[in-house]
Amino acid sequence: MTELSPLPRFEVATAMSEPSEAGRFGEYGGRFVPESLIPACAAVEAAFRSAWADPEFRRNLDRLLAVHAGRPTALTPSWRLSAELGINLLLKREDLAHTGSHKINNVLGQALLARRMGKTKLLAETGAGQHGVATATAAALLGLEATIFMGSRDIERQSLNVFRMKMLGAEVVPVDSGSRTLKDACTEALRNWVAQVDDAYYCVGSVMGPHPYPWMVREFQRVIGDEARRQVATELTTGVPDYVVACVGGGSNAAGTFAGFVDTSAQLIGVEAEGGAAVAFGRVGVMHGFRSLVLQDDEGQIGEAHSIAAGLDYPGIGPEHAHLNDSGRARYVYVNDDEVVAAVVRLARTEGIFAALESSHALAWIIRAAGTGELPQGANVLMTLSGRGDKDISALMEVL
Amino acid sequence: MNLEKSLRAANRKLLIPYVTGGVTANWTDYLTAYAQAGADAIEIGLPFSDPMIDGSTVQRASDVALERGTTVAKILAEVSTLDIGVPLAAMTYYNLVQRTSPDAFCRALAEAGVGGLIVPDVPLEEAAELEAAAKDNGVDLVLLAAPSTPPARLAEIAARSRGFIYAVSVMGITGERAALADTAGRLAADLKAATDRPVVLGIGISTAEHAVEASRHADGVVIGSSLMRRVLDGATPDEVRDWLATVRTALDQEFAHSLLA
Ligand SMILES: Cc1ncc(COP(=O)(O)O)c(C=O)c1O
Repeated sequence: MTELSPLPRFEVATAMSEPSEAGRFGEYGGRFVPESLIPACAAVEAAFRSAWADPEFRRNLDRLLAVHAGRPTALTPSWRLSAELGINLLLKREDLAHTGSHKINNVLGQALLARRMGKTKLLAETGAGQHGVATATAAALLGLEATIFMGSRDIERQSLNVFRMKMLGAEVVPVDSGSRTLKDACTEALRNWVAQVDDAYYCVGSVMGPHPYPWMVREFQRVIGDEARRQVATELTTGVPDYVVACVGGGSNAAGTFAGFVDTSAQLIGVEAEGGAAVAFGRVGVMHGFRSLVLQDDEGQIGEAHSIAAGLDYPGIGPEHAHLNDSGRARYVYVNDDEVVAAVVRLARTEGIFAALESSHALAWIIRAAGTGELPQGANVLMTLSGRGDKDISALMEVL
Repeated sequence: MNLEKSLRAANRKLLIPYVTGGVTANWTDYLTAYAQAGADAIEIGLPFSDPMIDGSTVQRASDVALERGTTVAKILAEVSTLDIGVPLAAMTYYNLVQRTSPDAFCRALAEAGVGGLIVPDVPLEEAAELEAAAKDNGVDLVLLAAPSTPPARLAEIAARSRGFIYAVSVMGITGERAALADTAGRLAADLKAATDRPVVLGIGISTAEHAVEASRHADGVVIGSSLMRRVLDGATPDEVRDWLATVRTALDQEFAHSLLA
């Protein structure tokens, strides 16, 4: 697996660097928000730029990631499954991070930023509840209030996480509009931010939203890719994997993972849910403050995503992913619910790891592709296992 | 009809009621009712599935309209057959505008006789393409200013807005409020100092008293949720007309003439 053609230098130099001044990744991104929110977005951008350049902020964040979130997370070779599939599969274990998913990486960064800005309250949307739980956790840790917006359909599906958020002292606000899932929770969080911008900080859960969020969230998640790059170097004689695979809802665990490998020869693969596959079935649109690929009808009304994984039930994709797709640097594929459920079971029984339904999308594609031209025998594959499956037990009990 | 010229010619405080296109089968009858009540312009909402700046009343109106199978093309087709003698402005979100292209969208508005366009999720930094498309098609792109807008930005919004300037009275979303926000007067006064274009306060203007109070600082008001609540509750066009006429009367009694004249 070394006959991959080298990437053009231009791509390597510019891929996954800063967006343009207007927050664009190619034609995507931007800041499509009501005038009321423009000063707030500009303030977040200014605060992030100064914090990210401040060694003390970076030290504080690194320390929280280590002593609170438990980083670095392990890189686990999957011995039995690899043998079955005829590939060499390494798992980046974000399920072992505190609160059970990669969401904590981003949230600790943003919560520290909110405190640096003098804000007293975090607002967040959540789908599976993982970002909500992470936000509630960071709020408790840093002495902030937290209000979490969650579609009422997701509240039914993810009751365990709803209880966790409340335990942590957060207020959970059900959202009854539209499809009553993640997209509606995002819209509602934006609406609420307008009314309380002075005190509240909007803690966006993925690489989406108005500039600077897609860029900032990717930077806070790049710890996944940076750690994995170092860990993989000691596991593999080739130094870098041939394939880097992650699931994509908004795309934050994928963006953070890709950021660590974009300057290598690794093929980057994002796996969406079939019912929320914005790259395969979406068109260019503007939603939640950014331009990207979005599921929508001929009229431009936003489509409803459908997935067994609440965290992938999102009709759009982060703007940087749309750009990586256009440039060909990353490829986006999709899998269906049945493949995902089979993948959860297979990983549990071969490796003793119970992965989240979201994360299992990445694995489902690997299982399907292994041994084909898409993922040849013997390939070295790094997969980000974005979260653990405890939250999905009741959903799985219904289908298994 | 040119929106700004027509507003200037009104020589009274401006009353701009809102209706969600397609909210009922007879929704255009509300346009006629508004005109009869003394509207100086009418804002027509083109419903979007994810209205970011709208509160529950307009959200519900949008959902009802979409469930009825409303589309931009259907609304514009109905509007183009009307002759109510009042200028019209469309209010919608950018995804619907860019779905075909800003140019095609503005052309369709112009062909239907809609002379103004308000797109709240397009701030200054994202507006250039839409501004050009609106200009090419003779549509006035109305920009919004908010209580949080810093002074230099207010001046730029005032300079680039066409038709009028939509002054968002409150840091929040559309919906009825008990009182006019403190932020309203200050924003309108700052805008009036920056421009001689009409300055209209909207969002949260719910009663005749609010309209009068807002018009002490501004050239007039947009009234939305307060009307849409009535429409959703089943008020007939005549009933809505009679209520809106009381707002017209209150404005005319309080203000002998417009500040614009
Ligand atoms: C475990 C897990 N993985 C992935 C996601 C999807 O988010 P993203 O695409 O931003 O990584 C979620 C979202 O809730 C999640 O909980």
